[in-house]
Amino acid sequence: MVWTDFDRFGFPDPWRALDRLNRAVSGSGLLAPSTSEFPLVNVWMDGDRAVVTTELPGVDPKDVDISVAGKTVTLRGARSLGDACKEGCEHRHERWSGNFSRSFDLPFVIDQNKVDAKFSKGVLHVTLPRAESDKPRKIAIKTE
Amino acid sequence: MTDTNKDLVKKEAGVPEGVDRTKPRKVFKPDVDIIEEKEETVLTADLPGVDEKSLDITLEKNVITIRGRVETEIPAGCRLAYGEYEVGDYERAFSLSDEVDKEKIQATIKNGELKLVLPKATAVKARKIAITAA
Repeated sequence: MVWTDFDRFGFPDPWRALDRLNRAVSGSGLLAPSTSEFPLVNVWMDGDRAVVTTELPGVDPKDVDISVAGKTVTLRGARSLGDACKEGCEHRHERWSGNFSRSFDLPFVIDQNKVDAKFSKGVLHVTLPRAESDKPRKIAIKTE
Repeated sequence: MTDTNKDLVKKEAGVPEGVDRTKPRKVFKPDVDIIEEKEETVLTADLPGVDEKSLDITLEKNVITIRGRVETEIPAGCRLAYGEYEVGDYERAFSLSDEVDKEKIQATIKNGELKLVLPKATAVKARKIAITAA
């Protein structure tokens, strides 16, 4: 899944812009179409850093596995909802359960040593900084 | 076991026609599981972003209302580049039957998951009658 607004040369993607406009008109504040993949994620960007947030209520942070390779970040884990009861005793069953795995491609190479993950109140925040080696280098111009 | 047919998009809690909320933010209905066991009924709700301080459970007559406040946490200096879910408060009400012992309701919240235990009143519990041979 590629979600960058800009291609690698920094030009805005017109289709993406149009898509965003459509959604603004239809009243949904979201930038992505609805997905049926658990968990739903939001990706925040700030130049040389991306923050991935996701809601994992009832999941033990120990059961979440975050892996980073190059530009790709993968979240894996499972949510079990305890023993299912015998027929007839369940009144409502709305919550999602099972194994999940979601991967994203960021527009830059991630510094694997500086990835920071925080889990509080069932919400996971993963901060992914851009690798130094991936940052554009400024070339000094010599005058003669 | 994986549920593939679950609708993961949050559903907004309804308000009566022509009535507006005092706060402009969105309010969602949390997803719940309700399981009835012999001695009690257990309600589990997904309330990500809510802890014991921001959770409010009220019982009025036979209606139990769960309200959770969520502080929107926008990472400093960031803009949303890709969004699949929205953040808002939670609200949902359930009507309880008379068989719930209202004095003994217990609630615990951990990792954004609320567990509400609704014990059955002793009068309704099925009583086993011992039969003695004459």
